[in-house]
Amino acid sequence: MSDHPLLRVSAVTKFYGSRVGCRDVSFELWPGEVLAVVGESGSGKTTLLNAISTRLMPTSGTVEYCMRDGKFRDLYRMGEAERRFLMRTDWGFVHQNPADGLRMTVSAGANVGERLMAIGDRHYGNIRSSATQWLDRVEIEADRIDDQPRDFSGGMRQRLQIARNLVTGPRLVFMDEPTGGLDVSVQARLLDLMRGLVNDLGLAAIVVTHDLAVARLLSHRMMVMKDGNVIEHGLTDRVLDDPREPYTQLLVSSILQV
Amino acid sequence: MNTHTQLATYNFAYLDEQTKRMIRRAILKAIAIPGYQVPFASREMPMPYGWGTGGVQVTASVLGPDDTLKVIDQGADDTTNAVSIRAFFQKVANVEVTTRTADATIIQTRHRIPEETLTDGQILVYQVPIPEPLRFLEPRETETRKMHALEEYGLMHVKLYEDIARNGHIATTYAYPVKVEGRYVMDPSPTPKFDNPKMHKSRALQLFGAGREKRIYAIPPYTDVVSLDFEDHPFEVQKFDEPCALCAAQGVYLDEVILDDHGGRMFVCSDTDYCEKRRDEGHVGPLAGDSAETAQ
Repeated sequence: MSDHPLLRVSAVTKFYGSRVGCRDVSFELWPGEVLAVVGESGSGKTTLLNAISTRLMPTSGTVEYCMRDGKFRDLYRMGEAERRFLMRTDWGFVHQNPADGLRMTVSAGANVGERLMAIGDRHYGNIRSSATQWLDRVEIEADRIDDQPRDFSGGMRQRLQIARNLVTGPRLVFMDEPTGGLDVSVQARLLDLMRGLVNDLGLAAIVVTHDLAVARLLSHRMMVMKDGNVIEHGLTDRVLDDPREPYTQLLVSSILQV
Repeated sequence: MNTHTQLATYNFAYLDEQTKRMIRRAILKAIAIPGYQVPFASREMPMPYGWGTGGVQVTASVLGPDDTLKVIDQGADDTTNAVSIRAFFQKVANVEVTTRTADATIIQTRHRIPEETLTDGQILVYQVPIPEPLRFLEPRETETRKMHALEEYGLMHVKLYEDIARNGHIATTYAYPVKVEGRYVMDPSPTPKFDNPKMHKSRALQLFGAGREKRIYAIPPYTDVVSLDFEDHPFEVQKFDEPCALCAAQGVYLDEVILDDHGGRMFVCSDTDYCEKRRDEGHVGPLAGDSAETAQ
């Protein structure tokens, strides 16, 4: 393990006018670690994710990222060009709705290859073979490479979105409800796939979810949010097996048992 | 022009001087930043959008009383668009007009670059329908501007990738994207990609006007213009199997002309001036002379 974290979040606060999005959130994320952010709708999970991933400027607080050269940089003090470059090479962002993260009108192969072309790959054969490899890794048949995502099922779209994000070998992936809107068996398959990929690639990830099962399966640590505040923070198994805060206890006990 | 008894009802080349000044400033800026789309306050012109309102405004702003104007549409001097714009400038500017490429100082064009190599001092004005090369992949103007500003042009190759994936080769044949002076990616207006190499290091000044989209951009003389491609699918221009049926020219862009309803056809130069000039010089194609009979 490396001796310094990958991402350092200090006192990130976001206000929407006088309303609180998230308040005073601080944590560190280590390389290869998966952090789940759980909580009910409106608890500030997505606001926090957007504030960390530079998609939404926080009202106060800093987010520092350890670049590949080992130096920490404050994300909101970087130039826009550099930040966008970081977002499409060293980071990934998996949206809840695959249509937000994919180009629905270009083929699956081009969707996966876009990031490669964006960083200057100009060899069609190489781009196509990486796309084929990645489709295989996310269990999409090679003969679907020239089909458009709109011809894909919801689960396939989500897997394609993951492949598109991972093709440049990112070190950090943000996921916003990656299994939302999928039926249970597809969810299970996707989670299994994501767990495999995260382990194989040593990815660090921040997963926002309201589904405690997703947190249990994927994450090492978790944060529980309520009304914009982090109310509990710890190892996933500890938090789920021995919740301390009344709200977390309520959350854990309200999972339906079949 | 005006005497004491006459009110000012006419200004040279249709536009008033303040408007021309505004357009010239946009043109100067465009020349200073090759390939960059400069917004300008496009005026309403006495013709519909899509007929070359952008090109006409640019021409009106650079035209002087000593200029000789040539107007072409799809390479031809005698099609509706070319004839009306030529007549327009004869009427509002009383300038000399010509169909000969070599004699013209300003050439307004739609869809073609003349076959004859342009020289120093000539200005080629393009009519542009959609100036943004990234438009069909990225519909947001805010985003495409940002992409130009940050030089994020990966998306342009996504389009070419799609072409190869679907057709086995780059099937874009017109409005083929180019990179100007190693910086801005530009749409060369709907000219066939056959003409792209002519833009590279051209000795003439090239101005692009998009009236509806309110953008002007330019390629100064002797500027690098490189067509985008992949290493394993390099840029290629169209090739024609046969020479021009009228003037036997080879290595020029040809139009297909249907001769009858039994599948008869011929391929002739799309640049009518070039074709006539060659015929005057004595070049004879296989269908020259008897094309009239065949048509009957």
